[in-house]
Amino acid sequence: MKLWKLLEAARQSLLKNKTRSALTMFGIIIGVAAVIVMMAMGTGAQKNIEERISSMGTNLLMIRNGTNSRGGVSRGAGSSRSLTMEDADAIRREANLVVAVSPTVSVSGQVIGGGKNWYTQAQGVHMDYLYNRSWDLTEGSMFTDAELRARAKVAVLGSTVAENLFPDQSPIGQSIRIRNVPFKVIGTLEKKGQSSFGRDQDDLILIPVTTALFRLVGDRQWVSDIYASARTIEDTEAATEQITEILRRNHKLIDGQEDDFNIRTQTELTEMFTSTTAALTQLLMWIAFVSLIVGGVGVMNIMLVSVTERTREIGVRVSVGARGSDILYQFLIEAIALSFTGGVAGVLLSWGVAHFMETQQGMTMIIETWVVAAALGVSVSIGLIFGLFPAYKAAQLDPIDALRHE
Amino acid sequence: MQPVIQTSQLRKTYQLAEPVHALRSVDITIQPGEFVSIMGASGSGKSTLMNIIGCLDRPTSGNYKLDGIEVSGMGRDQRADIRNQKIGFVFQGFNLLARTSALANVELPLVYHRGKAFRNSAQRAKKCLERVGLGNRMDHHPSQLSGGQQQRVAIARALVNEPTLILADEPTGNLDTRTSLDIMGLFQELNEEGATILIVTHEPEIATYTKRCIEMRDGLVVADNQVEKQRNARTDLANFTTVTGI
Repeated sequence: MKLWKLLEAARQSLLKNKTRSALTMFGIIIGVAAVIVMMAMGTGAQKNIEERISSMGTNLLMIRNGTNSRGGVSRGAGSSRSLTMEDADAIRREANLVVAVSPTVSVSGQVIGGGKNWYTQAQGVHMDYLYNRSWDLTEGSMFTDAELRARAKVAVLGSTVAENLFPDQSPIGQSIRIRNVPFKVIGTLEKKGQSSFGRDQDDLILIPVTTALFRLVGDRQWVSDIYASARTIEDTEAATEQITEILRRNHKLIDGQEDDFNIRTQTELTEMFTSTTAALTQLLMWIAFVSLIVGGVGVMNIMLVSVTERTREIGVRVSVGARGSDILYQFLIEAIALSFTGGVAGVLLSWGVAHFMETQQGMTMIIETWVVAAALGVSVSIGLIFGLFPAYKAAQLDPIDALRHE
Repeated sequence: MQPVIQTSQLRKTYQLAEPVHALRSVDITIQPGEFVSIMGASGSGKSTLMNIIGCLDRPTSGNYKLDGIEVSGMGRDQRADIRNQKIGFVFQGFNLLARTSALANVELPLVYHRGKAFRNSAQRAKKCLERVGLGNRMDHHPSQLSGGQQQRVAIARALVNEPTLILADEPTGNLDTRTSLDIMGLFQELNEEGATILIVTHEPEIATYTKRCIEMRDGLVVADNQVEKQRNARTDLANFTTVTGI
């Protein structure tokens, strides 16, 4: 029996019981749609995270102070003071895979300006900080190397600070006081929004790191972080090694002694977040998978009913010369057609749901082609697996009994 | 010419609580062009014999040659192919596929045909339907046809593979007298055209329209005679219509 004849027979047989076919497909439809929607959610969330993390900067390497322990009592990450301005200079000089280095020190405090005040953080940075964080200015300019050397009292405002201190006017050229030290505003930063940790990234003021160290902190060399950028994303690991080597040498660490700093890369951050979403997606995938299995059992159930109902038909077919395999294929194709049609409907449904969630719920949904293909593949396999037993049963019927069946 | 059916010492024993001998030793030979009825009460073994002759079942022992081919030892698939190529079945309950057109029903045996003998199966099915007088009912579903018409579709289906043997199991069992005569008339015509037909029936009336009558009892052939006064179904039908006015 030719394939198109089998397909045609399957189509007719399924159309004869429209309601039943539709109900049977329901399980498959829900299962397939659930799988695709889950995957679309997971992929969308992943993309969101990647975007947010890359908004932190390009190929960013964050070097932080390491753990300090005294007398066996660990004092937590960043508790030690090991990073210095000299470290930053050494990295800039020697690490050829690193393109921008910015030592950073933070000072929190009340800022006064434009007749208002605002509690924020002043960050002493190098000009490279803008490259590290792939940040642009909306107005004015960044401080220069000369201003950095001169420990100039100039400031670049984050958009949140600018909006709060100078809501109605351009802050450029205005004067502000950070911890009672007067600064001149020379630029404003473009809005970056929330970080992946939910912190407002625009609530800060950038000042030269030298100015921060000498005029605000009163400490001349210890910095809290050093931001660096690897030349390319592929260089991240090698750049990390270079920096580690330089810092260990500078800090005079001997072999076997632990690093007194740690370096975080974006890849690590991405992995951290992705593993959380991946775990969630995996759980939901299992649920979707179970619903597909349940759908498959539904297909099997209906196919068994169908075989019993059509015993006489099977008898007739066998009596006019159908082999067992002909009957087997007929019912198998029917089961596959049933679950495949359900799969296609499920794909359509998932598109609808994804569209709804995107437009109404503002979620990022990404349906990948391979997921659709896999879902359809799975629905065909389910028809095959769960159709096999009923089809085998049909093929094994004795023609004499089948013809006598009422 | 070799016989269409030749059985020797055909036995069939069912192993139930105690063995039931459905066929004890049956020797039948049927030549091409014969029109034979097998008569017998229920339990006589005629259904068992028909199932074996129709290659739906296998004998416990003995030989059976269909069209010169020894089929008694064949497996399921081989017997399916033999049924497909050599036998046309007509059943008491018509056994048409519901919600399927007359044409598709007639085409069914060709769907399972292995080989290239029948290329334009729809064309062939159409011809067979025309032969049984249903050229204008091809798209009708069985539920839209009368009993007699349904049986005609079934006969067309039995003709479509050009079988060596037409095997009819109580073909008039579900039909009224008038339609029965009509169907027997069709069988007689087909036989005159050369078809070999074997009818299994328990109605002596029906047997009188065939040429040879084999009687069975308790799994044995008890009589095998030429029908002395073969009746003509067409004439009887004409008379029946005049007498009853139906």
